[in-house]
Amino acid sequence: MTVSFSFCLGRKMKQEKIFNGYLYTVSILMIVLFSAILITLLIESFPSLKEYGIRFFTGSNWDPNPPEGKPEFGALPFFVGTLITSFLALLICFPFAIMIAVFLGEYYRNGNVSQFLKSMVELLAGIPSVIYGLWGLFVFVPVIRNLELKIFQMAYTDYSHLSAFSQKLMFGLKFILFDLLKIQPIGFGMFTASVILAVMIIPYAASIGREVISMVPNDLKEAAYSMGATRFEVIRYIILPYCRSGIMAGILLALGRAIGETMAVTMVIGNRNLMPKSIFDPANTLASVLANEFAEAVNQLHMSSLIQLGLLLFITTAVINMFGKLIINKMNKAA
Amino acid sequence: MTNSHLKYRLIKDKLFYLFVILMSFIVTVPLFVIIYYIFKMGLSSLSWDFISKLPAPMGESGGGILNALIGTAIIVLLSSLIAVPIGISAGIFLSEFKERKLAKYVRFCTEVLQGAPSIVLGIIAYIWIVKPTQNFSALSGAVALSIMMLPVIIRSTEETLKMIPHTLKEASLSLGVPYSTTIFRIILPCGLNGILTGVLLSIARIMGETAPLLFTAFGSPFLSLDLMKPMNSLPTMIYNYAASPYPQDNAFAWGISAILCIFVLVINLIAKGVSKKWKVQF
Repeated sequence: MTVSFSFCLGRKMKQEKIFNGYLYTVSILMIVLFSAILITLLIESFPSLKEYGIRFFTGSNWDPNPPEGKPEFGALPFFVGTLITSFLALLICFPFAIMIAVFLGEYYRNGNVSQFLKSMVELLAGIPSVIYGLWGLFVFVPVIRNLELKIFQMAYTDYSHLSAFSQKLMFGLKFILFDLLKIQPIGFGMFTASVILAVMIIPYAASIGREVISMVPNDLKEAAYSMGATRFEVIRYIILPYCRSGIMAGILLALGRAIGETMAVTMVIGNRNLMPKSIFDPANTLASVLANEFAEAVNQLHMSSLIQLGLLLFITTAVINMFGKLIINKMNKAA
Repeated sequence: MTNSHLKYRLIKDKLFYLFVILMSFIVTVPLFVIIYYIFKMGLSSLSWDFISKLPAPMGESGGGILNALIGTAIIVLLSSLIAVPIGISAGIFLSEFKERKLAKYVRFCTEVLQGAPSIVLGIIAYIWIVKPTQNFSALSGAVALSIMMLPVIIRSTEETLKMIPHTLKEASLSLGVPYSTTIFRIILPCGLNGILTGVLLSIARIMGETAPLLFTAFGSPFLSLDLMKPMNSLPTMIYNYAASPYPQDNAFAWGISAILCIFVLVINLIAKGVSKKWKVQF
């Protein structure tokens, strides 16, 4: 009896040890996976780093296969393209995301209306990005192109019958549209990409915004109401200031998404490796260059330069996400 | 004066309320427009041939998407086989040993991987698998997608298991049930719904993922079941057919989008049903 009991116990202990060991191994595997990704990217991008150094970041000439001479890789146009598209997308998405967050976090917390809107926003996040790209390519790009064409037609209409003041006004308008914004009737371009990106990242910013807005303590709101504040004033002067850092976190996470988004952007941005001169120009982002050129990169330096872009993309999104998560964790601890 | 000021404030309040509603519902417009176009352009090309035949050569009409359907199924299945066991185990670790230093590092890695752009994971799979084997392969695509699935599964497992009360585990342990059995027989079944929801959501997430497959599974016009050969999938097919100059190919892309959308939608609905039906309640 004693023997078999202790035998049993021993086996149990052993089983437990094996199980614990297994759990530990798997978890360490996650860390190994993460480090391996980082190290692989670093090693593979080393040739380009050594060859081009700082020129990679400041050069604006990206020429993988020149007719003669050495290939040149300056990635500045892609950094500019990525920055402009993602910040423009954020700018467009911000008011909508905040309003949805207020709607779901304050006005309608439960009930059918909020359920409906919530599922709609979730669906928006669920549509694969290649389908956004397809829709952009065949529906949205032509719409934008027609708009741009209309503007062009307007520019070439004869305005001589108008009064002097109207002519001056038209001249000013033309100056803004063509000399400052440099509108071209292409349809493809950073502006188009930003609008589609904005639609894609609204769900991320909105869901975090909703969470932080519904976390605002009731006594704060009640104190304001008891002093006669209207609901708008409560939202404007109590809720939004209280949630400032949380909303910031949502924006950061949405920015991380926007920077890494590939397919939809690739399909509508126009894929041009030159430095963009205006927000309506065709351009390229880090991710869209990778999607376009990676499978066709033959020489080692080209491949290595592309991997270096991937490394930068990985690090940027990691840093942005870390800051976002840090803010959220801090808020959760405070609440 | 006070009265008019009060009125002004009340009107501002009302206007803001209307503004919030307006802005919120404007966001649903793109969704409806996209869905409308997918079904308007896509449904016309759906037919039995469409899902049961191999694609015709580019530019010719007819043909179907059988190879892409099978390819997506195989790649998704393979990446689930890789990601689900690892993800659930790591999730168990995070919820059981939350205070350990190691858990903090693992959580950090998971969070960073969750935000990693999908195309970078494609590069990784390319360097790790395609380059040594000198061949685009379904396996490399599955590896890239499984890295994308892992964080979602880990997070949902951890969150679910955290909610299960300690008393349940303590009761089991006090009866002398070994630790591993407690986990497998008590804790995991209780959290099954949450874990299953996480797995389904992660599948929905990777099913439409194109970027990591562009230079791993690559795509192929043939029906291939070989994991070490290039394999077609629905999203890469949409991408390739959208870029084609032939209108019938573009119509094909819409048809595939309709099918892909239906798949993703159905999986999302199932995930919602699962999380509602077997909700853990204590």
